[in-house]
Amino acid sequence: MDDWRKDQELLVMEGRIKVPYRWFAGEVGTRYLESLRDAGKFLGTRCSGCDKVYHVPRRNCPDCFEECSEWVELGSSGILETYTVVRKHHPQLAPLPLPYGYGIIKLEGADTGFLHLLGEFDDKDLEVGMLVEAVFSDARQGNILDVKYFRPAKGVE
Amino acid sequence: MEPVAVVGVGMTQVKRERKADGYPDLVFDATRAALDDAGMSIDQIDNVVTISNDFFDGRTISSMAIMDACGSYDKNVTTVEGDGTFGAFFGVMRVLSGSYGTTLVCAHHKGSESQMPLITNAMFDPIFARSLGIDAVTSSALQARAYMAKYGITEEQCAMVSVKNHGNAFKNPIAQLPLELTVEKVMSSPYIADPIKLLDCCPISDGASAVILASEERAKKITDKPVWVKGVAHCSSAYQLGDRNLYCVCALEEAAKKAYAMAGVSEPARDIDLAEVYDAFSYMEPLWLEGLGICERGEGGKLTESGRTALDGELPVNASGGCLSGNPVLVAGLNRIIECALQIRGDAGEHQAERVKTAVAHGINGPCGQSHCVWVLGGEK
Ligand SMILES: [Zn+2]
Repeated sequence: MDDWRKDQELLVMEGRIKVPYRWFAGEVGTRYLESLRDAGKFLGTRCSGCDKVYHVPRRNCPDCFEECSEWVELGSSGILETYTVVRKHHPQLAPLPLPYGYGIIKLEGADTGFLHLLGEFDDKDLEVGMLVEAVFSDARQGNILDVKYFRPAKGVE
Repeated sequence: MEPVAVVGVGMTQVKRERKADGYPDLVFDATRAALDDAGMSIDQIDNVVTISNDFFDGRTISSMAIMDACGSYDKNVTTVEGDGTFGAFFGVMRVLSGSYGTTLVCAHHKGSESQMPLITNAMFDPIFARSLGIDAVTSSALQARAYMAKYGITEEQCAMVSVKNHGNAFKNPIAQLPLELTVEKVMSSPYIADPIKLLDCCPISDGASAVILASEERAKKITDKPVWVKGVAHCSSAYQLGDRNLYCVCALEEAAKKAYAMAGVSEPARDIDLAEVYDAFSYMEPLWLEGLGICERGEGGKLTESGRTALDGELPVNASGGCLSGNPVLVAGLNRIIECALQIRGDAGEHQAERVKTAVAHGINGPCGQSHCVWVLGGEK
């Protein structure tokens, strides 16, 4: 079946799926993002069953499966639980010029980690367990990029 | 559990770009190979489980497009979206239901047709994470760092996994990427996302595979070399990475515990002869081996260093070359099951390990191993 194939370049159809979509942030997500945008403050929710504070906030506690009904204001700095410095990335994904980083940050007052970007660091600065602080975007729009990135906390330790 | 056996297996060549074959063609080749391996005709298959993913295939309900290719006309077909180990778990359940004597499970993947960073970015929450640009590699790098920082696992120990598995791949004709590596070569390959370097990463791959499962009664009529599913379990954990301690693979520990209990494995390091684990990145192999109870938490690096996991070691791990040597996503876990079955049958060819009576196959779903599926397979019931 493939004798003819020697001189034939196999065909490839180029395409792109474009599907507009709307993701509803919901009441919990809206209050959270609104607080980031308007007050520059991080909010979490506390579980009514086990007292665990979730950030990002959510309606239910995955551990004890009770409702998280109380809002808690969190600090804007926290402990860097893990990190990576990105050296090569897909141009359509990169939200910052290379090299930038990702970290999981446990904000002051929260019991869970928060995935976000790292910026303003020298490679040798970064260490698991260090304190990092949020840098907010200048023009905030009510999305997760209202936090520009986290950077090593200045002068606090 | 009522006995269920693997009675036929088929894998296609794993390659970077299979332009000559659309994904239904790959499914057909794998299905045909599994039927031939079992000495069965398609009429003897009672039902089918397909494993697919719309995002990877660029098609809504992409499983529709392979119904012809897996011979499922006039049959009950169900579709699983996830790794092949999870799809095959569902296949076992279908046999156990008593309604089906034989189940064909097939998986396909063509990573070359889309852009993996964009696809894997889409597995993250669109409100809180996706716009950060995180993907499979960068999220895994967070896990690798957490693991290294917690237990002092070194980049060199992870590099040894890459050296071993790419080396094993020379002996596996279906492997995509056999490489003659040294720790130095891996260490000097460029960082993609610290601490993960280029040679710590699996390649982008195309491939398909199929497995035929059968009840005890049917298995006896089909083959004199059935491979028995002695224990199988899966377990999931948190979706959001920050909800987990990424160095702690509790979901895997839980899944392993359940699968071992079913299989009568009390001391995994002693009772298991060979393991095939989902090593999409080199750090994953030692971490998953800890979760599988092959060694203590934090000891995975030393286990690799000891040489026990080499092809000629006491407990060969990824004798096939693993995902590092070819990773058609979704297919990858099914290939782990197939490799174990071939090893137990003594049909693994050049990468055949010695004395494989009991083997463990492992697959993951979700970022950084959100869910784990563990299979214990053996030559005797
Ligand atoms: Zn709770």
